[in-house]
Amino acid sequence: MPQNQRKHPRPGLVLDVDRTTPPILFHHGEGFRMEKLPAGRSRVIYPAEPLPGVPNPNGTIRHALENPLGDSPPLSALLKSGMKLTIAFDDISLPLPPMRKPDIRQRIIEAVLDTAASAGVDDVHLIAALALHRRMTENELRHAVGDRVFDAFAPTGAIYNHDAEDPDGMVVIGTTPHGEEVQINKRAAESDLIIYVNINLVSMDGGWKSTATGLSGYTALRHHHNPQTMVESRSFMDQENSELHKSNWRQGKVLKESGIKVFQIETTVNNNTFGYDGPLAMLQKREWEWNFKDRMTFLSMQAGLKRMSNSSKRKSFQGWHSPYEITSVQAGEVEAVHKTTTENVYKQHLVQVEGQTDILTMGLPYICPYNVNSVMNPILVACLGLGYFFNMYKGKPLVRKGGVVIMTHPTPWEFHPVHHPSYIDFFERVLSETTDPTVMSQKYEKAFAEDDWYRHLYRTSHAYHGVHPFYMWYWCAHALDHLSEVVIVGGNQEAVRRMGFRSATTLQDAFEIASDSVGFSPTVTHYHSPPILMADVT
Amino acid sequence: MIKESLRGKKIAITGSTGFLGTALVELLLREIEDVELRLLIRPSGKRSASKRLERDILKNDAFDQLKEALGTSGFKDLTDNAVSALTADISKNNLGLDDNGLRELSECDVVIHSAAAVSFDEPLDRAAEVNLMGPVRLVETLQSLDAEPHLVMVSTCYVAGNRKGTAPEKPLSQSPFYVPLNWREETEAARRTRSYTEDDSRRSENLEKFRTEAKNELGAPGISLIATKTEQIRERWVKDKMVEAGRERATSLGFPDAYAFTKAMSEQAVQEIRGNIPLSIVRPSIIESSWDKPNSGWIRGFRMAEPIILNFGRGTLKEFPGIPEGIIDVIPVDLVASAIVAVAAQEKPTDPFVVQVASGACNPIKIGILADYVHEFFGNFPILDEKNQPITPSKWEFPGRGRVVTQLTRAKRILQLAENGLHKLPIRGNQAMIVADLEEKRNELDKAMEYITLYGKYVECEAIYDVSNLLGLWDSLEDSDKSSFLFDPRVIDWRKYVYDIHLPTVVTQGRVKTTPSSSPPTSRNDRLRKQILDPTRQLAVFDLENTLIASNVVSSWGYLATKRLSSQDRFRIISKTILEAPSMLAMDRRDRTDFLRNFYRKYEGAPVLQIDEDSLEMFNEFILTKSFPAAIRRVREHRALGHRTLLITGALDFVVQPLKPLFDEILAPSLEMKGNKYSGRMTQVPPIGETRAAVLRNYADMNNLDLKESVAYADSTSDLPMLEAVGFPVAVNPETKLATLARRRGWLVENFQPISGSPKRTLPLGSKKE
Repeated sequence: MPQNQRKHPRPGLVLDVDRTTPPILFHHGEGFRMEKLPAGRSRVIYPAEPLPGVPNPNGTIRHALENPLGDSPPLSALLKSGMKLTIAFDDISLPLPPMRKPDIRQRIIEAVLDTAASAGVDDVHLIAALALHRRMTENELRHAVGDRVFDAFAPTGAIYNHDAEDPDGMVVIGTTPHGEEVQINKRAAESDLIIYVNINLVSMDGGWKSTATGLSGYTALRHHHNPQTMVESRSFMDQENSELHKSNWRQGKVLKESGIKVFQIETTVNNNTFGYDGPLAMLQKREWEWNFKDRMTFLSMQAGLKRMSNSSKRKSFQGWHSPYEITSVQAGEVEAVHKTTTENVYKQHLVQVEGQTDILTMGLPYICPYNVNSVMNPILVACLGLGYFFNMYKGKPLVRKGGVVIMTHPTPWEFHPVHHPSYIDFFERVLSETTDPTVMSQKYEKAFAEDDWYRHLYRTSHAYHGVHPFYMWYWCAHALDHLSEVVIVGGNQEAVRRMGFRSATTLQDAFEIASDSVGFSPTVTHYHSPPILMADVT
Repeated sequence: MIKESLRGKKIAITGSTGFLGTALVELLLREIEDVELRLLIRPSGKRSASKRLERDILKNDAFDQLKEALGTSGFKDLTDNAVSALTADISKNNLGLDDNGLRELSECDVVIHSAAAVSFDEPLDRAAEVNLMGPVRLVETLQSLDAEPHLVMVSTCYVAGNRKGTAPEKPLSQSPFYVPLNWREETEAARRTRSYTEDDSRRSENLEKFRTEAKNELGAPGISLIATKTEQIRERWVKDKMVEAGRERATSLGFPDAYAFTKAMSEQAVQEIRGNIPLSIVRPSIIESSWDKPNSGWIRGFRMAEPIILNFGRGTLKEFPGIPEGIIDVIPVDLVASAIVAVAAQEKPTDPFVVQVASGACNPIKIGILADYVHEFFGNFPILDEKNQPITPSKWEFPGRGRVVTQLTRAKRILQLAENGLHKLPIRGNQAMIVADLEEKRNELDKAMEYITLYGKYVECEAIYDVSNLLGLWDSLEDSDKSSFLFDPRVIDWRKYVYDIHLPTVVTQGRVKTTPSSSPPTSRNDRLRKQILDPTRQLAVFDLENTLIASNVVSSWGYLATKRLSSQDRFRIISKTILEAPSMLAMDRRDRTDFLRNFYRKYEGAPVLQIDEDSLEMFNEFILTKSFPAAIRRVREHRALGHRTLLITGALDFVVQPLKPLFDEILAPSLEMKGNKYSGRMTQVPPIGETRAAVLRNYADMNNLDLKESVAYADSTSDLPMLEAVGFPVAVNPETKLATLARRRGWLVENFQPISGSPKRTLPLGSKKE
């Protein structure tokens, strides 16, 4: 039965690999590998099938706005004529891959604007809460908020990208008891109400992180975006045990106490990343359930990809927009909203797993939060594998302390010159000298963060902030601390070595390399994602 | 006997800064007590005669042993007392001596004339002026002073010409090979040839040819550089013609080259006019490094055989003309110096006394055996190539001169064709450096060819130079003189001389690589880079196109022009531009300023505000994707070091405006505005070519910056004036012409590339809205 017709989608699965298990799909950048895992000591963790979406998204949104969670009045009661309203929304990094039109942000913002219009609010600004990410292009903004909203706000300049380096556009609100400065967009701070429109793709997103990070700048972010915090966040996907989140919540408390009012709207989407049918449908199926059509489509896709250049492969993959369905909308007071949202995220993502293994394998796909319409450079490869995928756990990591991560990705020595200028210099100058997050943070972070040229490109072009590559590397800090070896299968040798990892041409070679640390018959877990799954390891 | 005879004598020497001259000075100082040397030295450039004495003679390692024996102060005392320099120039009347100089000369007991233009490719008139008229003037000066010192003239065995058989130690007029030469007429003819050639070089078709050649070499760097280059080419042309004239005239009279020819004339001239001046003529054969004194293997400068030997070791010269049974007549320098001193110590002869210092008659070495020694030496001590691999020496087969020349000519022609072909291609950076490599290879072949044409004749000389007088003189010496003034060619053990003495010297002097270098081959570039990134540099100036970004003014215009157009209009504009391309390219090659002036007219009527807005977008969408991150990093490195950074470009100001934060200053042309539209005219002359250098100088002056301490980055020969204006030029992704120049001048070459992963665009069009 096709997935979408299942009334009760199947939960995630831990498959023990035996000799009858077919080769397993590994994402490999803009391509795929089929790999045989060693029988008898390997397991594969599959994500849950997509949960059913809400039947009437617009109705659900309106219902959520008028029935807020926590001690918040309904939205209509908060909107008054003559007030200053700022609607902030998540940027291009969410969701991944981007969502088919209409984007959920468009639906929500349209609903909010309808309510605001009927309340007579006319001072409204729309801000892409991108913190230190790159500015979104006009087309990207249009995709997120829809043409109607964009065309209404663009001419007066009332829709724009957050600018964390605008000397006149940022304010420091205060300091947490831990000495962390709290900085926020001045327009947002001066508004009578901030409405934050979030897409909670993974459990890390949302809550106070939306405003305390999304609308903030380097002054505040450096207090939790650092190696120390990241090593102590176990994992940063698990709010309860994440220093990153604790710090954000402390900053959120300062925001709240300063009188800044936030009406938080959080949403969740299901795991329908590649569609129930269509060219990529087999990617969210389990291999032994692939039918004839799936196999043929996959084979012809592989054959086609072989003939394509890197850039045309990139172009076609980046063109994929996911047909996610909305599974929930929560609105109201930040913390109450986020509690429910997180539960809804976990419903889709959590898979129960018992114990750790010596090796964790993962296939890295073509996209991560920072290369939408862009290039996945080597630093982002590391960040996706060792930052995001590695941290997709509650309890303890899928791989034991001193274990090995093997990931597959071509890791080409390629960069997007417009989006990632500081990455290029980071790769050439910093990583060639040290791969230790703490050492680089002390020696180089400040210079990159305060560099005029990077600042100029961040503010006027579409570049990630100068300090961003450091954050990507800090994201890996916990994994780097935990693992004894990282092997990238199929990776560009020089690029991989520059990052202090080992490259292998085949998975077999990778196991050979790993044997130095974990012996010749290690236990193996394969993290079969995307679609997204989060391991609850006991 | 020699020592007693010369003790306390005053001896004048010409040519003391040369190889033989230095050996003479050393020998006389070492062996003759209380000798007084008067060295006639021509000031060279800013160096006075006495400075040259100190720097060019006494500092030479020939004196190392003497210094060691006497101690520094003892040596200084000796030279202060015994040696003094007289400012002189043998191409002038009275040898250019002042009164004091003339008095000193008149007091001399012996005059050793050793000055000569020894280079085998001297222009005819210069060879005549120095080698023939020099001694004539010397004799005339002595006569005007009523001085009659013993004149010892250094000549050459090869005055006998290209003849077979024994050449006797007699004045040329008594020799069986005598060719009567009218030296006065020949001198006049040589001077006339010079003036004809000079006139010829100024004929308009020749001047045009030179200018075309200059343009081919440099591209379009502006009028003044082309003019300088054209003049250089003209001068070289005249010189080549004069060398050729010398060679041809010499050959027509049976001499191997102009040197031997003019020397032969000078012997005859001096004999003719000497009057009562006692004359001795010493004719050495090919002088090479010393056998024993001042130390084994001492040599000064690069002599005739060394380049050939090194080229053989390097594998460039795989064959050599000559016959293996032929005799090569080589004589160590110390033997020649001793022979001269011995001759000078003799009684003043009434009839000219001639002595030949040569090895061929009494202790010959065959070319084939010499070749074997050389082969064996480089087999055992090979020269290394740039990858530290030993180069295997080839075995000479002696195929005869004709075939060697044909082989070389063919190889050269192929290289030249490849080079010409590559010059026409639009290649840059590493590929363009291939052309530089080719040029280097071709120059090597050129050299090899030159050696063969010049020296081949000497190898093919089959005369045997009689040494009876020399041996007679030797036998007349007392034993003590024999040990101090060794000149008996029979003592030479050729294997020892070639294998143990001469070749090691050649290898050391040639600074070739015989031990593996520990540093990688890039170390040169690293060293240059280090100099460039030194905090003491003051200014770093950058060109834009192909230096910082892989784009040009046409693409920027294309982007801006099409940004807001429908597909149909875009198509029209693209096809029109493509049709215009050839004529635009041609104009650009001719004169970039004209091209820009014309091209920017296309902006006529463009709305200012819209262009400004679209330019920013173009920067993000187009220019940055074409940028070279390594170049941008370099600008920032300069800034971090406290250097001032400057962008000078012919691109329009609104195009480069977004680059402002990268530089301290941007100098770019702007367009005139009419109301809210551009007029298509520039408001000033764009900083291109020479204007760019002028603008740079002006900028440096105003900001008190020293261009000698500055760095410039550019990609094309049209930037040569700017590159030449600074102390540290850098060629970035050079086109073939600049690549060749950069290699020749030892400039740093950087290959900055767009980062891989950059979005690619086939045509520079503005992106359309979704």
